[in-house]
Amino acid sequence: MRAAPIPEAMLDAAAGVAGLALDTGKTVGKGVNVRHGTILTLEAINVSFDGFKALTDLTLYIGVGELRCIIGPNGAGKTTMMDVITGKTRPDNGVAYFGEQFDLTAMSEVQIAQAGIGRKFQKPTVFEALSVFENLELAQKTNKSVWASLRATLTGEQKDCIDEVLTTIRLDASRHRPAGLLSHGQKQFLEIGMLLMQEPHLLLLDEPVAGMTDAETEFTAELFKSLARKHSLMVVEHDMGFVGSIADHVTVLHQGSVLAEGSLEQVQNDERVIEVYLGR
Amino acid sequence: MTMPLNQTLLARATAKLGPQVSLALGLLVLAILVAMPLLHLLPADHALHVSAYSLTLVGKILCYAIVALALDLVWGYAGMLSLGHGLFFALGGYAMGMYLMRQSAGDGLPAFMSFLAWTELPWYWYGTSNFLWALCLVVLAPGLLALVFGFFAFRSRIKGVYFSIMTQALTFAGMLLFFRNETGFGGNNGFTGFTRILGFDITAAGTRAALFIATVALLVGSLYLGFRLARSKFGRVLTALRDAENRLMFCGYDPRGYKLFIWVLSAVLCGLAGALYVPQVGIINPSEMAPTQSIEAAVWVALGGRGTLIGPLLGAGLVNGMKSWFTVAFPEYWLFALGALFIVVTLFLPRGVVGLLKKEKEQ
Amino acid sequence: MPTALTRILLGLLLLLPLTASANEADAFVAANPAKQAKLLQDWAAAPVPERLPLLQALQQGRVAGDADKRAFIQRNDAWQAADGQAQPNGTPRKLRLNNRLRGLTATALASHQLLDKDAAVRLDAAQQLQRNTPPALLPLLESRLAAEEDERVQDALTLALANLQLAAEDPAVRLAAVERLGQTGDPLARTRLESLLTGEESDAAVRSAAEKSLAQVKNKLLVGELLGQAFSGLSLGSILLLAALGLAITFGLLGVINMAHGEMLMLGAYTTYMVQLMFQRLAPEYLALYPLLALPIAFLVTACIGMALERTVIRHLYGRPLETLLATWGISLILIQLVRVTFGAQNVEVANPYWLSGGVQVLPNLVLPYNRIVIIGFALFVVALTWLLLNKTRLGLNVRAVTQNRNMAACCGVPTGRVDMLAFGLGSGIAGLGGVALSQIGNVGPDLGQSYIIDSFLVVVLGGVGQLAGSVTAAFGLGVLNKFLEPQIGAVLGKILILALIILFIQKRPQGLFALKGRVID
Repeated sequence: MRAAPIPEAMLDAAAGVAGLALDTGKTVGKGVNVRHGTILTLEAINVSFDGFKALTDLTLYIGVGELRCIIGPNGAGKTTMMDVITGKTRPDNGVAYFGEQFDLTAMSEVQIAQAGIGRKFQKPTVFEALSVFENLELAQKTNKSVWASLRATLTGEQKDCIDEVLTTIRLDASRHRPAGLLSHGQKQFLEIGMLLMQEPHLLLLDEPVAGMTDAETEFTAELFKSLARKHSLMVVEHDMGFVGSIADHVTVLHQGSVLAEGSLEQVQNDERVIEVYLGR
Repeated sequence: MTMPLNQTLLARATAKLGPQVSLALGLLVLAILVAMPLLHLLPADHALHVSAYSLTLVGKILCYAIVALALDLVWGYAGMLSLGHGLFFALGGYAMGMYLMRQSAGDGLPAFMSFLAWTELPWYWYGTSNFLWALCLVVLAPGLLALVFGFFAFRSRIKGVYFSIMTQALTFAGMLLFFRNETGFGGNNGFTGFTRILGFDITAAGTRAALFIATVALLVGSLYLGFRLARSKFGRVLTALRDAENRLMFCGYDPRGYKLFIWVLSAVLCGLAGALYVPQVGIINPSEMAPTQSIEAAVWVALGGRGTLIGPLLGAGLVNGMKSWFTVAFPEYWLFALGALFIVVTLFLPRGVVGLLKKEKEQ
Repeated sequence: MPTALTRILLGLLLLLPLTASANEADAFVAANPAKQAKLLQDWAAAPVPERLPLLQALQQGRVAGDADKRAFIQRNDAWQAADGQAQPNGTPRKLRLNNRLRGLTATALASHQLLDKDAAVRLDAAQQLQRNTPPALLPLLESRLAAEEDERVQDALTLALANLQLAAEDPAVRLAAVERLGQTGDPLARTRLESLLTGEESDAAVRSAAEKSLAQVKNKLLVGELLGQAFSGLSLGSILLLAALGLAITFGLLGVINMAHGEMLMLGAYTTYMVQLMFQRLAPEYLALYPLLALPIAFLVTACIGMALERTVIRHLYGRPLETLLATWGISLILIQLVRVTFGAQNVEVANPYWLSGGVQVLPNLVLPYNRIVIIGFALFVVALTWLLLNKTRLGLNVRAVTQNRNMAACCGVPTGRVDMLAFGLGSGIAGLGGVALSQIGNVGPDLGQSYIIDSFLVVVLGGVGQLAGSVTAAFGLGVLNKFLEPQIGAVLGKILILALIILFIQKRPQGLFALKGRVID
């Protein structure tokens, strides 16, 4: 596969409103107030399932435009943390804010998505019965109420936008194929494409390169890096090579709380991190 | 949890069948359906005369076809299998029945109330002698019930088999309620013995023909509505909802609103079908709400092919045609045949007859 | 009438003990209805043991008169003159008593039975006399009460007496009666006091005493009523439990609803019927033991059918729960029709053996039937057995493993296919056991299982999937709630209310009462 640089024009379109606290006309979510430069604030979050503590006093900040990688052994609480951020799991206590004004613990999954947090699941989930084009169309940032959907027709501008993303994720040729017939890697890209269509301020990506070929992984790394300046990204990944190629800042989770934070080099040399990963 | 169904749109189905062929077939069926009531108006000894029996039978099946279509909208497209659509059908029927009972009772009380020694109409009978208000009830009764039930069910994310059984419990409860004499809907016997509708004799050939035409019109209207819905973005959201509800939520769609809209729409369509069914068949009683009736509707849809628009119509026609034949020829064996149909369709025809036809075409 | 006279004289001489009744019998036969009524009333007020056979014969319609208006009593298909000797003149014609006379006969008979040696007979008689008793019996009742030694008969007589005294002229007597009624805890006392208060009583003191007594009686009755409702709730709960337990296992394991589960109950009940027939033909002397043999047979029959269904149909539909629902519904239609064709659409007769009939009287208004007590115990026994099976055996371990994570279990070498089949057999077998229990308390017909599928599913929803403790709590909870609601708002509205409550409950706890929380994997 050809690892093409992403066309700048497309990125602008995809990034759309990713500029700080911008609000473009017909969007649903309100602009995100990020006066203090922090897009995501998690403070002293606790989650327990029947006595098992999945997250203990987790405190984490993501800055605007940052690309943060989260690593940690299995069961460290990475997916639970994403569940808390997207409203799927309610924390027992603690503070979770998106920007300055959105209290994530009081919002539903839908509200959080509309406010501008996009999430890619561990296992790629796309709408299998719909075509690739339709998948992107549904994800596109627009009024998503019932009435609007009943009357919706695509404007030329919206079509162009979908076409651009199709080119970016290199699914142009399969635009009319049902998404269920795509390969695993293609589904991963389609899901990333859908995230782009949503024009979120913060992207949560759970193991985005699992099942990708080396070339695809390389391409994804470049894609993420180019997104980073305008969006904030949080990437959970086990593939250290991939982490090394994208991250400027890495957080290590262990037993539900932050063990270490810093550049990849720093954390890799951290005594405690080595202990956790290699066993004592 | 649902199999990927690729034929979500009529457009696609017809594209594969060959648009001209299916269009021609559709027009032919429509022409026959329009001709039937007109032929009924011919004198009884005319060679082309269509008997009242046949007209009623076909009219009845057409009403069932509307129910099948309505069920397909929620099951085939949105992935929610309702086993309680008979309740909405019966509610529409009862609303129309109230009007018909008032018509035949004149200024007095309907006969069954006199039997119970009631001296005045219960409050919910108020205004039912007015045809327009009865029509409003036909829409409102199933619509509001669906709205309330759906609101709570979708809010708590009841889905899959949970949803199916809850709807079955709902129609079962409705049946028990209507069986009681005190509920004020004629108990066991329901409503029957209608004489007039809008001042016309209900058994007259002209009235029968008009009711039949109205049913055909409703069917065509529902079909058009379904077609438009399936082709709209709304239809695509429903399909997405069926296949990956979580993904849809993280895309920023609130599934509750979508489910509620299609659910209520489907209930209202059923109610309208019920309202046309009652004057044609001449009786409505609580057995229409029996869980068996509703689950049978599911097999119409499954046999025809869910997620398509013609499938349910085809299924309703096939099963009911078979039923009419069996109950005359081998009444003992109809339930065996129906039971076997349930099993065979789910095991061997997951995409129904329409899927089968399409496969033939592709090969 | 010389002949009649001679006969009477003869009778007097020869059959002294029978004389009185012979006389009376002839007089009764000869009298017109008005006089007959008078006679019966007189007899009731002054009972003598000799008259008992005549009254019994009267009540059973065995008294006849011949052309000479002499009384004959039918014994063993032969006519015997009341005085024991005479031959009828022509065929005697049976006396026809009107309703009023029949009532009076019953009263008279009861007043005679008060003299019986057997306390149980006296109790029945006293209870009979609590209704429609003529005031003339007052002195009799008083004297019998004074002579009575059995406590329960005393209670019953007190009530009968008080009933009578309520009609007395003297307010003081009525007051005493009202107070006496207050001492009892009998449903009849309540009815009587209520009717007194709604109209006939004019004396203010009596009225207020009646109100007080009524409150007392109601209090006493309330205990019995509440206990009764709780008991029928537990009984219903035990049946729901037997019906839902198997469903909970298969639903937890496979995520599919077996709509033919109710038919397993039905087949279990029909198996019981067959076993009963077999005993009647082959070993009538051991008939009482048939339910015990029916249990293992019903279990085997339904378990085999369940396993066959799993192998032939349900296995092919895994991962498609809605299709499974439809297919199993089809199976249930076929099974019902099969039974209807084989056994007929009518209910078949399954009789309780002697040790399951009758009940223990705990309070005047509370009888606990033995069959229901046994079934509650049986349900708990089945739960205990299931718990042991699931928690202490290899199969149980496999079932739990597959319930929690099918793929992982398969990777660990659990034969998921076999586990599915056995678990399905187990679930169906438990339903079969439930069918045996159901056959002992209700009608056995082809539609027996239909009404249970919704209720048992509600139990599963409420209890949480794959949780035995949840199913037990939910079954008994629903049963008791149902029975407490029923007298308040009626059975139908009660059911609807419960459905609404469950829907509201799911809003709060979508996973049921006893669900494990956890990270949902997507």
